[in-house]
Amino acid sequence: MLTIKDLKASVEEKQILNGLNFEVKPGEVHAIMGPNGSGKSTLASVLAGREEYEVTGGEVMFNGEDLLEMSPEDRARAGVFLAFQYPVEIPGVSNANFLKTAVNEVRKSKGLEVLDSKQFLKIMQEKMKLVEMDKAMTQRSVNEGFSGGEKKRNEIFQMAMLEPSLAILDETDSGLDIDALRIVANGVNALRDGKRSFIVITHYQRLLDYIVPDFVHVLYKGRIVKSGTKDLALELEEKGYDWIKEEVDATLNA
Amino acid sequence: MSDDLKLLDDVANSEYKWGFVSNIESDNAPKGLNEDIVRFISAKKNEPEWLLEYRLKAFRHWQTMTEPVWPNVTYPKVDFQDIIYYSAPKPKVQLDSLDDLDPEIKATFDKLGISLEEQKRLANVAVDAVIDSVSVKTTFREALLEKGIIFSSFSEAVHEHPELIKKYLGSVVPYTDNFYAALNAAVFSDGSFCYIPKGVRCPMELSTYFRINSAGTGQFERTLIIADEGSYVSYLEGCTAPMRDENQLHAAVVEIVSHAEAQVKYSTVQNWYPGDKNGKGGIFNFVTKRGICLGNKSKISWTQVETGSAVTWKYPSVILKGDNSVGEFYSVAVTNNMQQADTGTKMIHIGKNTSSTIISKGISGGRSHNSYRGLVKINKSADNARNFSQCDSLLLGDQCGAHTFPYLEVSNKSAMVEHEATTSKVGEDQIFYCNQRGISTEDAVGLIVNGYCKEVFNQLPMEFAVEAQKLLAISLEGSVG
Ligand SMILES: Nc1ncnc2c1ncn2[C@@H]1O[C@H](COP(=O)(O)OP(=O)(O)OP(=O)(O)O)[C@@H](O)[C@H]1O
Ligand SMILES: [Mg+2]
Repeated sequence: MLTIKDLKASVEEKQILNGLNFEVKPGEVHAIMGPNGSGKSTLASVLAGREEYEVTGGEVMFNGEDLLEMSPEDRARAGVFLAFQYPVEIPGVSNANFLKTAVNEVRKSKGLEVLDSKQFLKIMQEKMKLVEMDKAMTQRSVNEGFSGGEKKRNEIFQMAMLEPSLAILDETDSGLDIDALRIVANGVNALRDGKRSFIVITHYQRLLDYIVPDFVHVLYKGRIVKSGTKDLALELEEKGYDWIKEEVDATLNA
Repeated sequence: MSDDLKLLDDVANSEYKWGFVSNIESDNAPKGLNEDIVRFISAKKNEPEWLLEYRLKAFRHWQTMTEPVWPNVTYPKVDFQDIIYYSAPKPKVQLDSLDDLDPEIKATFDKLGISLEEQKRLANVAVDAVIDSVSVKTTFREALLEKGIIFSSFSEAVHEHPELIKKYLGSVVPYTDNFYAALNAAVFSDGSFCYIPKGVRCPMELSTYFRINSAGTGQFERTLIIADEGSYVSYLEGCTAPMRDENQLHAAVVEIVSHAEAQVKYSTVQNWYPGDKNGKGGIFNFVTKRGICLGNKSKISWTQVETGSAVTWKYPSVILKGDNSVGEFYSVAVTNNMQQADTGTKMIHIGKNTSSTIISKGISGGRSHNSYRGLVKINKSADNARNFSQCDSLLLGDQCGAHTFPYLEVSNKSAMVEHEATTSKVGEDQIFYCNQRGISTEDAVGLIVNGYCKEVFNQLPMEFAVEAQKLLAISLEGSVG
């Protein structure tokens, strides 16, 4: 589904991704961990097509297409969804209105009929249950005045509405209370259908108790430096990153 | 919420859709302006002597005046001798019923989405349709008359209710007020007249739809709204014009009189042709709109959505004469490409405990210039007057300009005046967030700007709000960058 080869990217002349290799197959859940500033959000932004991030090398294929050639909205329409680490506020635009526009854009690109308000509301009500979303939240302006946790839950709600084929969750667990964490994880698990893939960026192995990943990777200095199974997350929880950093820095200096 | 969603049910397509020219035969005055033309117009309308006198006085006064230069706009000088001051669609036959209306005119309004057939019309809106210089049809007149409400073209009112016209014409905007008001008083052709009697709540929205059709003409309409004690009316105004390379002048006057405990809500969606991308053609929209709250607890509320015209010069104002009276001004002014707008309001506090609210949202894209100009004046007599002003500017690119000129004159120490102003740019991160959800940049800008204007759109009647949102999206095409 997603194949990343030797990806290099920089922002403001600073090289952040240094030849990253990574592959996601349909239905897989990959967790990406790594120290602050190692390039996790940068990877997510590059995949979503954020302009400030300049790709300086490598390639990204998504379902057989060159993802890097596509505009951000075309990537979204093709099924790439990013749950933002810092969701953006859009004052005066209701969540429902925003999502209806988004859902219909995606449908149009697939040659499907656009939904009218009634049809849309019906689907929205179903998905709201999935993330135990309050009705009032859908009428409020997009993320405006939402608490940190509410914003994250809203991201998952949007994901449920848009039904992407690849979802990238950037620290969706941080800032969530224990109940919200369970709700978000349940939402994600409900969307695991054997075809949809997930890249879950997190600092906490706790999330991975709820969303059990097929693979765990460590990103450091713009590369995937270690990959394993869920056990790797447990090991990191126990030992921290120092041992990996030392290993990597030793080979880099060699 | 479904209301809110309805707004986006159909996304409008691009470009100025109202730019067509209808093939309507018209009866024109010769080009140019002099006393004979003023007499010609008056004679065409079969006007009484007193009105001709009024026009002539205004004309003579106008000749002593010069065009205002203080607005923050630049445009080629208007040659007032190169304009046709009167153009009327030629009636095929005497108009007794809608069936007699020139099918081209009917088709024109159908094309504009305005049905003149009452049974097809939205049940709660009465329309006065004005093409060039004359009113062609007013709907629902009889139904309104049952409640004592007079809603007719200005010309008819002159004949049917001369006492009201005599009493109120020029009482809020005298012809001495300014250059364009004087010009309008001399040559005004038609417009709407409306009178709501004591204690009557007008059961439907009243609206006037203005259409410029003929080439080389100016449009000078005159609207007069009188709300007697304790009455209520909501009034809508819409306008469009064909696309032409020349500039056309529109200089209207609107006067509102609100008596004690009466409320008038006046909403405009101004969509005159703005000219092309390079600033060729378009309407010069130089308009004087003013209302007076005459009695205790009366209220006047202006809501305007200004998306059209090449140059706009317009300050809907309220004179708060009655104690406890309320004035409101809600405005969205959008400029794109080469458009220029200098718009705002004046709130003149005279009575005690008067209060006013000003909410202005200026949005500029392309190489346009958008100025807010507002005066809050608190007279000595206005004890405990209050004003709240909020003027926000949103920039869509870096070649456009937003300017704010707030004037404040306070002569009474008990006044409480608050002014807030912000200038912002549509955020890259907001656009990217929308992009990531599958929404194109153009649609994202439309969405974000509509959100930005929500406070003002909320003031509009539902049907109008839908129109306004669509219009906004269209006017913003190609505005970012
Ligand atoms: N727009 C930007 N301008 C300048 N530097 C940036 C920008 N975006 C990212 N960086 C830098 O790139 C590096 C990687 O940032 P990134 O956000 O990808 O890290 P991360 O792995 O997501 O960290 P965290 O765990 O703290 O979220 C950091 O040093 C950061 O300061
Ligand atoms: Mg990050």
